[in-house]
Amino acid sequence: MADRHEMWKSLGMNIEQHDVLCSVLPGAVGDVFMSQKNRPKGMEFWDMVVADVHGIRPAELIEEQKKGRKVFGTFCVYVPDEVIIACNGIVTGLCGGSQFWVPDGEAVLPKNTCPLIKASVGARLGKTCPFFRIADMYVGETTCDGKKKAYEILGEDVPMYVMDVPQMKRPEDIERWAHEIALFAKKVEEFTGVKLTVENLKKAIHIINEKRKAMQRVYDTRKNKTLPISGRDSLLMTQISFFDDPERCATMCNKLADELEERVKNNVSVVDAGTKRILVTGTPLAIPNWKLHNIIETTGAAVVCEEMCTGTRYFENLVDENINSLEEGFKALANRYMKTNCACFTPNTGRIDDIKRMVKEYNVDGVIDCNLKFCCLYDTEKFSVGRALKEANIPVLQLETDYTDTDAEQLRTRIGAFVEMLNK
Amino acid sequence: MSKFYIGIDIGSTSAKTIVLDENKNIIERILLPTGWSSKETSEIILKKLNELNFNVGNSTIVATGYGRVSVSFANKAVTEITCHGKGANYLFGSNTPSVGVNDDKAIDNNLLIIDIGGQDTKIIQVENGSVVDFLMNDKCSAGTGRFLEVMSNALNLKMDELCDMASKGSDTHISSLCTVFAESEVISLIGRGEKRENIAFAIVDSIIKKVCQQAQRLYKPNMKVCLTGGLSEFKYISDSLGKELKTEVYAKKDGRYAGAIGAALMGFI
Repeated sequence: MADRHEMWKSLGMNIEQHDVLCSVLPGAVGDVFMSQKNRPKGMEFWDMVVADVHGIRPAELIEEQKKGRKVFGTFCVYVPDEVIIACNGIVTGLCGGSQFWVPDGEAVLPKNTCPLIKASVGARLGKTCPFFRIADMYVGETTCDGKKKAYEILGEDVPMYVMDVPQMKRPEDIERWAHEIALFAKKVEEFTGVKLTVENLKKAIHIINEKRKAMQRVYDTRKNKTLPISGRDSLLMTQISFFDDPERCATMCNKLADELEERVKNNVSVVDAGTKRILVTGTPLAIPNWKLHNIIETTGAAVVCEEMCTGTRYFENLVDENINSLEEGFKALANRYMKTNCACFTPNTGRIDDIKRMVKEYNVDGVIDCNLKFCCLYDTEKFSVGRALKEANIPVLQLETDYTDTDAEQLRTRIGAFVEMLNK
Repeated sequence: MSKFYIGIDIGSTSAKTIVLDENKNIIERILLPTGWSSKETSEIILKKLNELNFNVGNSTIVATGYGRVSVSFANKAVTEITCHGKGANYLFGSNTPSVGVNDDKAIDNNLLIIDIGGQDTKIIQVENGSVVDFLMNDKCSAGTGRFLEVMSNALNLKMDELCDMASKGSDTHISSLCTVFAESEVISLIGRGEKRENIAFAIVDSIIKKVCQQAQRLYKPNMKVCLTGGLSEFKYISDSLGKELKTEVYAKKDGRYAGAIGAALMGFI
């Protein structure tokens, strides 16, 4: 693996601090991933990326910037990648999944802010995330109050553009979102110097659709009784897809899906027959947050689906590729993105329908509904989610956690008891 | 040589051991403080079992409680939720003949178990002997036995004295849920010259309300509510819970051993 210190230095990163992070990551990856038995060979690609997660992709991004391309850092699955890709821009996810960044975030944010926001802000202000140093522009959205206010603070440090996501899903809201996408497109055009056309938008929609289809293919294999891939490995694939080039992502996911489909045919499972199948739902699990999956899968159960932003919400539903004008394109995008069911909308019964549908599709034995601490939206929605699942006779365990390890044993007890309950 | 079924429940405060014979009769109970090392405690238990001539080698031993992984000689470890469910069902469920004065009202195969432990409070719903749902309090001592322990220390009272005193008090309230803040609230009540009975009342009342709030989430009128754990020895606690939930709350002498009984029963499976 190449030494990245020169690159990190040139990015103005806090090398000393960042080295601390780099020194703990290999151990975590070893414990969570390498300890698994019978992994698909295709995971080698993601193993390689995660081993050099702050090097391999950042180096590529810097090369592309040298050619004049702009990098957009995004925080949320509502930001339409298609518009950026069409204008020859690059989309990247940002750091936000580790306790390591939380103290730097708490220096400016209230302690009772969700860890994802604290870590993101901390990663930028602490200069310990290359993606947060590389991006030319940051695209935020109004999907929660914590983020809205955090963007104001981040905006003092970086160029920030915030998209106004509607709070409801009436026809006029979807129309408004199409208009919001049009406004964003103008900004992207200005910033990249590339004009958005029906042709390049059409092409970009196709690229992202292909990525979605490829990820769905991998997830589809998890629906089988023969489970060809662990939840941890699937999660890693999904987490890294936020950072990768979309075409390569599709290629790699399709390659993995080929192998997994073959495994299903040959009855190659990563777990023993009868292992209880868990769907996890709730707030996102940003890389390197593997805590929940790791506890579930080392407590005798398997995660077979994530109804999360780092899961099905990211790739379910395609954008209509049959567009004849930019206006039609914006509408097609709005229609697809507004199908994503986030707790920031009211009402959000679509999420409950999704969970119930996926419980059937993925042959799920029990649901674990988990939110990050201080996420008021998902926490409050637990009430209606829990009630609906109980009414449908679907066992559900509802948890709250953060990025620290202090509650690992409590979680292990709850999850262990839940699995024992399913096994009874 | 007869075979024994041994359940060891290493809780945060005390370690409970139960020995069952092949007919599931309780033939021994051992109660020890957990101390600072659950591993050492488990070794003391092993020594005691040997002294009492329970052939450990020929027995099935199941460990539970937060120290369950420290019992190296156990055949398996099961979470305290499952064990409390099984144990409470043994004590209060339909397989035991008589459960109290309101026997006929209770639906014995539909239990709601309240276990106020040293570091967590569990609400467990048991149907026909199996856990079907459960809740645990957050990672904080509000609404746990630790809360009562800290408060009774502040009043310089033992648990039974605290309950006794609380039963004679009224009309005083503690608003803090956090043990640390509540303790300073108690101290300011003492400073204000509030009667000890009333402070004791406020302390118990505060935990009862907190626990019932949790229990209400799973409670339905067709359930028989049972209190297990160390606090089940205090009638004032089960009575107060019953008053708040507006139903009878059953408690039994062996309630403290529910987890250990459940663990021992898991040895039969």
